[in-house]
Amino acid sequence: MVAYIVKRLAGLAFVFVLVSIVAFLLMHSVPGGPFDEPNMPLPPAAKANMLRKYGLDQPLYVQYLKYMGNAIQGDFGYSFSNPSETVAHVIGRTWPVSIVLGGLTSVIALGLGIIFGIVAGVRQNTWVDYVITFIATLGLTIPNFVIALWMIIIFAVQLKILPFAGWGDDWKQAIMPVIALGLGPLGMASRYTRASLTDVFTADYIRTARAKGLAEQMVVYRHAVKNALIPIITVLGPQIPNLITGTVFVETMFRVPGLGKYFVESVLLRDYPMIMALMLLIAALWGIVYLMTDLLYTMIDPRVKLT
Amino acid sequence: MSIVVPNQQASTAPSAVDRLLARPPSNLWRDAALRFSKNKLAMAAMIVVLLMVFGSVFADVIAPNPNKSILSDTRLFPGQKGYILGTDDVGRDLLKRIIHGTRTSLLVGLSVQAIALVVGMTLGIAGGFAGGWVDFVVMRVVELFTAIPQLLFALFLISIFGGGLVNVILAIGLIGWVDICRLTRAQLFSLREKEFIEAARATGVPPLQIAIRHLLPNALTPLIIAVTLGIPTAIFTEAGLSFLGLGINEPIASLGKMVGASSSYIRVYWHMGVFPTLMIALTMLSFSFVGDGLRDALDPRLRK
Repeated sequence: MVAYIVKRLAGLAFVFVLVSIVAFLLMHSVPGGPFDEPNMPLPPAAKANMLRKYGLDQPLYVQYLKYMGNAIQGDFGYSFSNPSETVAHVIGRTWPVSIVLGGLTSVIALGLGIIFGIVAGVRQNTWVDYVITFIATLGLTIPNFVIALWMIIIFAVQLKILPFAGWGDDWKQAIMPVIALGLGPLGMASRYTRASLTDVFTADYIRTARAKGLAEQMVVYRHAVKNALIPIITVLGPQIPNLITGTVFVETMFRVPGLGKYFVESVLLRDYPMIMALMLLIAALWGIVYLMTDLLYTMIDPRVKLT
Repeated sequence: MSIVVPNQQASTAPSAVDRLLARPPSNLWRDAALRFSKNKLAMAAMIVVLLMVFGSVFADVIAPNPNKSILSDTRLFPGQKGYILGTDDVGRDLLKRIIHGTRTSLLVGLSVQAIALVVGMTLGIAGGFAGGWVDFVVMRVVELFTAIPQLLFALFLISIFGGGLVNVILAIGLIGWVDICRLTRAQLFSLREKEFIEAARATGVPPLQIAIRHLLPNALTPLIIAVTLGIPTAIFTEAGLSFLGLGINEPIASLGKMVGASSSYIRVYWHMGVFPTLMIALTMLSFSFVGDGLRDALDPRLRK
């Protein structure tokens, strides 16, 4: 177990370094530096001084090592677009918003999705199943900004019962973002739960349970559902970092001041220190969550062997 | 309240399809076509897709001059002055913009999958066949590309190389090949161990012929399915990037861009957002249903 974790962590670190190198090189391959001014060029000596001050005259690998050395200590430098604030500070300000929105959505969407999946799996080919399958298909195929726009038109423009956008002033502001963000993961959770339950129903131990005369409720909830939920962990685990970081569209649509909206703004403004920091943060988070998902899986299902 | 337990085998009377399928010699493609044609949802979706393809090919004939702002900045509601869907924020015919936007979506979807297929299959075959260090390198590159959510990766690439139609296609293609590559590689690995390959090898079929005659056709069906289901994903990513203002540039029409532009007018000119979103939804749903139908038709083992 320990050997496995160490091996996986080493793999993670390797990929993380790879991501950081590629991102760093790509960013520095962009033509034009911060002190290039085509109309009023700086005197060469002044420019050289500026470059030296920011360490930009050094070879690329030295710059990279310096950057990473600082980054590991939480210092990602200053944001280009907002030079009075450090990148770390911006992340500290915007990430909690995304964590709240994503966390809320994870709990509601994945919870409801699993329940829907169980209901659909138990009552296959009934109207309940069809309705749930319909919702799941919509959630999985229709982009969340499309759903967001429809909801805004219905609930904010026409019915005037929910606020258009914003965050943090009123709990009602969270309703539409959570639904828009959650419908996809909900669809995924319910579809996989249903499929997994269908699989489990063909297992021998279910036949045994029925044959020994257990009540149908017992068979379904004690034996089938419990086992059906195991494989779902691997599908739903990675949804969580997605939800707490990658909420780009929904945050933009509803003007939620979170990490996703900030990422888009950074890309629009080509704020490279910001983009680099967010890439590293997300890569680290993703890797860790994947590892935790796998570990959780092996803890729950002892048949799965770690290799 | 009783709990309905699903039947393990849904009892269906032997239909015409079953009888035809029971008939011995046929081939995979004919069987698949037959199964597909019996799938009503997939067929309906296929018709919608074909209509969209037709509309895209002849977009310039059906909807000429989509960039012309006929009424110089006049915003019209649907039906006003003969504009069926009204006009957009700068007075262009919304219907024409949607037809051309759908063309952009299809163009992106198909081009991205073409890139993904070429890159993914090449690397997958390289890794799966050569093994050793080639495979090691391919897998590390795959890991690199899966270390970040795909959409954020596309955003990152756009931040460096800029937006525009070609860059959007390249950026989405560059993240889309990973699944194809893994699939190809996994297919090769699992097929290599199958008895019929062993039999071919034992009877002295040369390796290249094994690859072309036996491995490729068997690896092809999952790839077809993956490519078809990759099209809506690519369309979604393009629409999303354009929605954020990071995708297709003016004056090329893009459904996602129309949605993004409409959000400032949403309180009054609802139609500017509603119709493009409906088209996006229709595109995504029909391609997904065609993909699901193909999967059921080509690989009946996967059917639940």
